[in-house]
Amino acid sequence: MRHTISLLVEDEYGMLPRIAGLFSARGYSIDTLCVGPTLEEGISRMTLTTHGNDKIIEQIIKQLRKLVKVIKVTDLTERAHVEREMVMLTVNAEMGAHRQEVFNLVEIFRAKIVDVSPDSFIVEMTGNAEKVQAFIELLKPIGIREMVRTGTVAMTRVAATRQQPKGNEETFSQLTLNEKV
Amino acid sequence: MRGARILVEALRCEGVEHIFGYPGGAVLHVYDEINRHEDRIKHYLVRHEQGALFAAAGYAQATGKTGVALVTSGPGGTNAVTGIANAFMDSIPVVVFTGQVPTHLIGNDAFQEADLTGITRSCTKHNYLVKHVEELAPTIKEAFYVASSGRPGPVLIDMPKDMTAQEAEFRYPETINMRSYKPTLQGHPGQVRRAVELMLRARRPVLYVGGGAIAAGAHEEVRRLAEKLNLPTTCTLMGLGTFPASHPLSLGMLGMHGGYWTNMAVDNSDLLISIGARFDDRVTGKLDQFARGAQIIHVDIDPSCISKNVKADVPVVGDARVVVQQMLAEVERQLDAGERIADRTAWFEQIQEWKRQHPFFCHDEGEVIKPQRVIEELHRLTGGRAIVSADVGQHQMWTAQLYGFENPRQWLNSGGLGAMGYGFPAAMGAAVARPGEQVVAVVGDGGFQMSFNELATIVEYDIPVKILIINNGYLGMVRQWQEQFYARNYSHSNIQVAPDFVKLAEAYGVRALRATQASEVSRVLAEGLEARGPVLMEMQVNREENVFPIVPAGAALKEMILG
Repeated sequence: MRHTISLLVEDEYGMLPRIAGLFSARGYSIDTLCVGPTLEEGISRMTLTTHGNDKIIEQIIKQLRKLVKVIKVTDLTERAHVEREMVMLTVNAEMGAHRQEVFNLVEIFRAKIVDVSPDSFIVEMTGNAEKVQAFIELLKPIGIREMVRTGTVAMTRVAATRQQPKGNEETFSQLTLNEKV
Repeated sequence: MRGARILVEALRCEGVEHIFGYPGGAVLHVYDEINRHEDRIKHYLVRHEQGALFAAAGYAQATGKTGVALVTSGPGGTNAVTGIANAFMDSIPVVVFTGQVPTHLIGNDAFQEADLTGITRSCTKHNYLVKHVEELAPTIKEAFYVASSGRPGPVLIDMPKDMTAQEAEFRYPETINMRSYKPTLQGHPGQVRRAVELMLRARRPVLYVGGGAIAAGAHEEVRRLAEKLNLPTTCTLMGLGTFPASHPLSLGMLGMHGGYWTNMAVDNSDLLISIGARFDDRVTGKLDQFARGAQIIHVDIDPSCISKNVKADVPVVGDARVVVQQMLAEVERQLDAGERIADRTAWFEQIQEWKRQHPFFCHDEGEVIKPQRVIEELHRLTGGRAIVSADVGQHQMWTAQLYGFENPRQWLNSGGLGAMGYGFPAAMGAAVARPGEQVVAVVGDGGFQMSFNELATIVEYDIPVKILIINNGYLGMVRQWQEQFYARNYSHSNIQVAPDFVKLAEAYGVRALRATQASEVSRVLAEGLEARGPVLMEMQVNREENVFPIVPAGAALKEMILG
């Protein structure tokens, strides 16, 4: 089963190879991986998607938690969350029916045309992995010349009834510690 | 002060008294300080960096203190890697300092450059590259904390040469607080209660104790738990000595070369209580056949060990000593509340019966020296009190089966990695750590030829290691597998072409003795063990002796070949 795992890590030398190396050394696979800063200086967020049976996923999470500079590991799969991925595609768009068909799909998928040439568009689209995949499949018959995908980023949903935490949500120093084990 | 001096001062703050190392270009600033401060930190110059790591490991395993090694960049670091991997597999607290080329040359394929943090990332608990001299002291503080806390392990600090030359003020942090690293010590009370309920009710329990119990200093508590609840107790290869071998409840070692009665007890148990052990494949044999009728209680400080190989019914994350203390208190509470310990008479009778059927055995053959008898004689002559460091192979298994360890930190070996060449340098480290005690390196002729360069070290510092070579002219364990599983095709396991070990030792200035006949064993051992300083004793043993029982690789635990 596909899992989306969110990590908070110390923004230190060599963190990325530590995470990637853990997967390769133990024979697990990373499907996508995104890294970026958080609101708190010195802490990075990594979002990765992987797959495996329950036993493998349990080991992946435990092994990630074991890394000395990993602050927090959350398996978002188990909780309400929002996932997004961005894709950019160069698609055929010769004058005529194809050009119109691309316009239609862009409209339906709420995508954007970000660059235009006489016979192609660069199209940008954001959505969850399934939506991105559907968009790609529909554009394939028209002709995709090149594709770039970012991989998944994800966030826990805050329930409508839950009280909003005060102030900056990304001050982790207090809230993270008990959740590591 | 310069970084090199900061390193020395930090080691003092950590209470380090002994380090093992080998100089080279990238650590020359450090060595320029080392010999000026040897009144408080004694440096031992090994003859190969791998020896420094094994010595630091032996030092740590014999004491519980963190071992320290210092090597240079490039080949110094790569030579150390096997020793680092060994410390990682066996959870040994070691801090390794490696030199690195100066910061501005990193990535330039500079002379003696190797990406040591990259190379060791998967075989250290954590590693650091020092990028600013101001970070050196706090990094050392953190490294010692990480290496020695939680599940211990090796931590490496890579120091570019300019980091040891630049100046900074020395301030050593007094406390440490890492938001990303907080080992859980206390077991979950609900799980502890469930565990104790099962332990009271079990009809056929086995307590299964590993190296984690030694690391946690839990041996007293484990013994009290076994006695209080009447639990037959087995130790893993790494756990030997946690529970006294002579204790009436002791089952000895389990696993691939465990006792018949031990493995049968585990296989037929209805409750297996694991304390600081990790259900290694050499313990369990075929996983789906392992202790099928047993519920599993698994106490471990490393959550990733729990349910990794065998699904735990009652997982308890925590420090072995703390958790067993909690268990003892809970036992008292439940007994006070009227609970009773189940009757296990039939279980003990059954185990005794298994032991009567197939004890360890050894057929004497006239004047041929039987390696098992050498180990038994070593036990007798040392009163079972020596610190014994084994290399890897048949002799390691005979020693584990037959020496009879009574105390923790008395038995050193390379269990997880199985690194030949470990035994002798580890004994050297142990002898440095525990002066005045008898330290014996039991090694094979193969492993000794991977490490005898350290003879110069024990001579230079007069380290009184007694080296006992079980010489069969073979890579014995390889030969045994080839005999049993490869139709006696002894492909490249015959190492009869070897130096004369007595002359070799004498060339280094080490006293040496040899026994070629059974009747000489006692005299040679007695003479060698009584002599002061380092001694080498060579036993030319039966060449094709096998270790029994043996569970073939991939077979179920109960499918032992008994010989």
